[in-house]
Amino acid sequence: MTANVIGKAIRRKEDPALIQGKGLYTDDMKMAGMLHAAFVRSPFGKARILGIDASRATELEGVHAVYTAEDVRQLGPLLAQVAIGALRPLLADGTVNHVGEAVAMVVATDRYVAQDAVDAVDVDYEPLEAVVDLEDAASDRTIANDTNASNVIHVWEVGDADAVAAARATDGAVEVSVKMINQRLIPTAIEPRSALADYNGGYGNMTLYSSSQIPHAVAGALGKTFGLSSNNVRVIAPEVGGGFGAKLNYYSEEALVTFASRELGSPVKWTETRREASVATIHGRGWVGTATIVGTGEGKILAYELDALSDMGAYTQNFTVAIPLLGQYVAPGQYDIPIHWKVQCVATNAPTTDAYRGAGRPEAIFYLERAIDAFAREIGMDPADVRKRNFFEEFPATTAAGMLMDSGDYGANLDKLLELADYQGLRRKQEEARAEGRTIGIGLSTYVEVCGFGPSALAEGGFSWASYGLPAAFNGSGLVRVNPDGTATVMIGTGPSGQGHETTWAQIVSEALGIAVEDIQVRHGDTRDSPMGIGTFGSRSLAVDGSATSQAAEKVREKAARVAAHMMEASPDDIEFADGGAHVTGSPDKTVTWAEIAEVAYQPHRLPDGMEGGMEANAVFSPANATWPFGSHLAVVDVDTTTGDVTLLEYFAMDDCGNVINPMIVDGQVHGGLAQGISQALFEHAIFDEDGNLLTGSLLDYPIPTAGDLPSFTLDRTTTPTDVNPMGVKGIGEAGTIGSAQTVLNAVIDAVAHLGVTHIDMPLRPKRVWQAIHGNGA
Amino acid sequence: MFSRQFEYLAPTSLDDALSALASTPGAKIMSGGQSLIPLMKLRLFSPGTVVDIGRIDGLGDIVERDDHISIGALVRHNQTASDPLVAEHATALGQAAAWTGDHQVRNRGTTCGAMAHADIAADQPAAAIALGATMVARSSSGEREIPAQEFFVDALTSALSDDEILVELRVPTSTNGSTSAYDKLGRRGGHTDYAVAGVAVWVQVTDGSVSDARIGVTGVGTRPSLAEAAASALIGTDGNDEAITDAAALVTDGITVIEDLYGSVEYKTHLAKVFTERALRQALAG
Amino acid sequence: MQVSLTVNGRTQTAEIESRTLLVHYLREHLNLTGTHVGCETSYCGACTVLVDGKAIKSCTMLAVQTEGAAITTIEGLANGELHPVQQGFVERHGLQCGFCTPGMIMSAVALLDENDSPSEDEIRHGIEGNLCRCTGYHNIVKSIEYAAATMRGDDPPASDWEDES
Repeated sequence: MTANVIGKAIRRKEDPALIQGKGLYTDDMKMAGMLHAAFVRSPFGKARILGIDASRATELEGVHAVYTAEDVRQLGPLLAQVAIGALRPLLADGTVNHVGEAVAMVVATDRYVAQDAVDAVDVDYEPLEAVVDLEDAASDRTIANDTNASNVIHVWEVGDADAVAAARATDGAVEVSVKMINQRLIPTAIEPRSALADYNGGYGNMTLYSSSQIPHAVAGALGKTFGLSSNNVRVIAPEVGGGFGAKLNYYSEEALVTFASRELGSPVKWTETRREASVATIHGRGWVGTATIVGTGEGKILAYELDALSDMGAYTQNFTVAIPLLGQYVAPGQYDIPIHWKVQCVATNAPTTDAYRGAGRPEAIFYLERAIDAFAREIGMDPADVRKRNFFEEFPATTAAGMLMDSGDYGANLDKLLELADYQGLRRKQEEARAEGRTIGIGLSTYVEVCGFGPSALAEGGFSWASYGLPAAFNGSGLVRVNPDGTATVMIGTGPSGQGHETTWAQIVSEALGIAVEDIQVRHGDTRDSPMGIGTFGSRSLAVDGSATSQAAEKVREKAARVAAHMMEASPDDIEFADGGAHVTGSPDKTVTWAEIAEVAYQPHRLPDGMEGGMEANAVFSPANATWPFGSHLAVVDVDTTTGDVTLLEYFAMDDCGNVINPMIVDGQVHGGLAQGISQALFEHAIFDEDGNLLTGSLLDYPIPTAGDLPSFTLDRTTTPTDVNPMGVKGIGEAGTIGSAQTVLNAVIDAVAHLGVTHIDMPLRPKRVWQAIHGNGA
Repeated sequence: MFSRQFEYLAPTSLDDALSALASTPGAKIMSGGQSLIPLMKLRLFSPGTVVDIGRIDGLGDIVERDDHISIGALVRHNQTASDPLVAEHATALGQAAAWTGDHQVRNRGTTCGAMAHADIAADQPAAAIALGATMVARSSSGEREIPAQEFFVDALTSALSDDEILVELRVPTSTNGSTSAYDKLGRRGGHTDYAVAGVAVWVQVTDGSVSDARIGVTGVGTRPSLAEAAASALIGTDGNDEAITDAAALVTDGITVIEDLYGSVEYKTHLAKVFTERALRQALAG
Repeated sequence: MQVSLTVNGRTQTAEIESRTLLVHYLREHLNLTGTHVGCETSYCGACTVLVDGKAIKSCTMLAVQTEGAAITTIEGLANGELHPVQQGFVERHGLQCGFCTPGMIMSAVALLDENDSPSEDEIRHGIEGNLCRCTGYHNIVKSIEYAAATMRGDDPPASDWEDES
């Protein structure tokens, strides 16, 4: 017997510090002699830099330095993992290619003075023609970044165009095509990014605090940039105030404060302002494409095609160009259908895009699930029935995108959702509401995602960590140590930003060892302490690093069983762990506590002959395949057709992430994911004018939802474990986002289809909905 | 996030504030600071001197006086939103105040400050116009009264001169048969955030017919405005659905509707009509 | 300029620039870093503190404006034991990354001070000045409902996970 804490809603170990204001985020850190950096940023979408005059700035009292490209050129451009396209210089070198590009860095005694100095740096620009519209950029009429020969810097393509042609030629085939925008988004973690570098010339050590999801990767990249070994670079991601993919990058500001600290011999801190975050931190999404379904009048899908452009922005950063590839992996969704799927990666004069919650997968599922809805409407069939008609039913399944999905149970999941939501009842209420003059819509979507990054094959396919100075393949590790007093310390290389790793990992170890959750401390985010790990993103941490930790705990358990057996003169096979110690099966009175076991373990002379002292183990886990979580969602909306105002009335989510360690944390992940997908559907849009100026650069004009904008959600789960990792877990961080934007959009279209509306591009701001209904063009 | 340097003055009497204002070119009055401070932090506006009137006694009350209720310069939005005198005599203003900003902003921001800031999409100016309110402006050389409908000159520009402080907003007390209402579409949807379009109405019903009416519109143009044609069309009718629709159709007459991120001219014109109808129905029902 | 005020029950006097925002005074001068900064347009509410009992955004108030005021920050909320709102956030998973949490909790404290039995709708609109990007607000609402009940002396509503724990 074990502690039996897996599957329990254990309250979080993270919370006591955070609810009392004692949690320490990067900007909370202070060091003696600390200086503050601020950046001069481009006001132009594209311009030549004719000159920079920093003399007024350097004369200000309290200003220590002003740096430009001249000073940092030798450090090279910012490293990227998938280095296709123009790389970002640390500071703009000769030209600027998007609004907000860093041109100069000032370092001063405090943040107010630093900002005064930014204002006093005079930059002479010659504005050049910018291109921000995706289709315009794809035409190469204007080259966004002159480093590239064409704005189309890469093409991802999978599937079989012939199969689509054959489907079209089928007798009675129905074809539905919808051109749709999946708009550019600003991730907007509530904590802006922050970095604090401290170079100690005596020890030759560089320490960087950074609000990062990938501390080890940042350490590796800093080492490469500055020629420092792993022993001389320490990166600490303390509390991180949300990431959502935006903190899954090695950023130029991290390199620049490091540079400044080394130059000035003082700690240097930089914290982004919100307006700065809207142009200096990566954006997400930004696709325009046409999705086509060819099928029969009975709902059999004969082929699916996507022809899309994806906005890369001006520079390639970490995974920029590879984001659509993640979409490609799930292009056919839950469906056993032929596809032809093509996405062109297009450079524009806008901030870089990269991973934003879901990263490629929400886009792919959005196009597919919107097109299926349009197809269902065209043939007059219930959208749930069309989906069921085309699901994969046998697993493992090889998809038309060439991926092997190990497990799934799509029909049962959708049926359970429809029952949870009382789908038929909702349809009746929709009719009744319409009779009363209210316009209600019901929207559905299913999704499958690819998580648990990842299999080593991904490294060969281009997702390599080598450019950041790490081993190429994705992996995770976990180190479990039982301390002499019988408590346990767990060290992991993840970079959580609210996912509750300290609690979930404690549950994993508690389950294995029978040590109480409160006696287990989980440490992460400090590369000096923790074993190698590539960080927290892509719903991967539990499936990979969690699995490694589970294996490490198993090793400790095995050793402890031998120690306990030795102490109690029993066979190790008869040792069970529970209630903070070990006992012999069938002899509940024969027990030793973990403190007693540890006391022996740390004194090798008391151990069985040949056994090493100590009580700890590390494990490294690299999964054989990705995991394939899935689910289905349903939204109910009310549309005020007079104003175009959409109210989300109810939202039902039926997710399947395999086995669940902590249902409370899993629910929380779903809630947050839903809010972000719903927000893409209803609120968010990074809007640029034709010169590349961001018109939505503050929370005033880039609305993210408030509590008043959302309803409570209704969640349930199905559980289809995977066997690609020892715990049968799949990942849940992005599911809510991947499933939701098109669910809401499908609901709104369902509400207003009788008025002749076939599609409205997101976000469904009242003006767009009204324009669509009233035929004035969306 | 980091303002430029400025001199901060915190007089404790109105006279001191007025003389500071008169003697310091470019000085800016701050009451709640909820509009001013964000602009200063973004360095979009950097006054050399800020005169904080927050420590002046006697400006923080809502009182009934003669034929009007008086809302002092330091009355917060939350006070206006929950005050029984406002609820009785100036329903539209109370509603507009309740939909201004969020709870924290309403705890600091002032009704008079929202007037003086003259944002094109602020809620309470529309109500002040519809209610026929008067702005009381004081300078070291005296006091003058400015009708609300003349107070909002242009985007972020009021009729106050540089040496004047808006010390009081006077709203006529309601008489038998007079009611008011405010309705809007917020930028976030529903009633949240600045108005994409907001309409305040005030109607006087005498013997079953509308004997007087005023309509204030915000969000759609370059300033909160009086919709005279619509109000005139309503006067003399019995306020039935058809009369409401006819009046609402005229609501943007004389107003230059502008396109912005939140809507086209056509859409905002349409919304102004919709909320005129909704506000009128509400007022006439109450 | 000199300013004297009370923060979490302790008198403080400081010499500061007039442009120093209250939030910077709290964070940089008093090292009360529990109050956070998430934007500069008075939207996110991460900087919410109580000034003379009322919730305000400390990024939209100058420190010099607080002369003579009594301020409560998240660090001053627990009085030997956790405030019921803090307890509610633990019990109902009202936080993930924790960055918005101090401001959210201060707003919730102010809300419950004015209304001890808020409806879900009143809670949702009452915390509109505080943005959270992690929770979708679902569990924040539940956390405040939990706190409201315990502060009234009632049993808190059942959690979504009672059957699983």
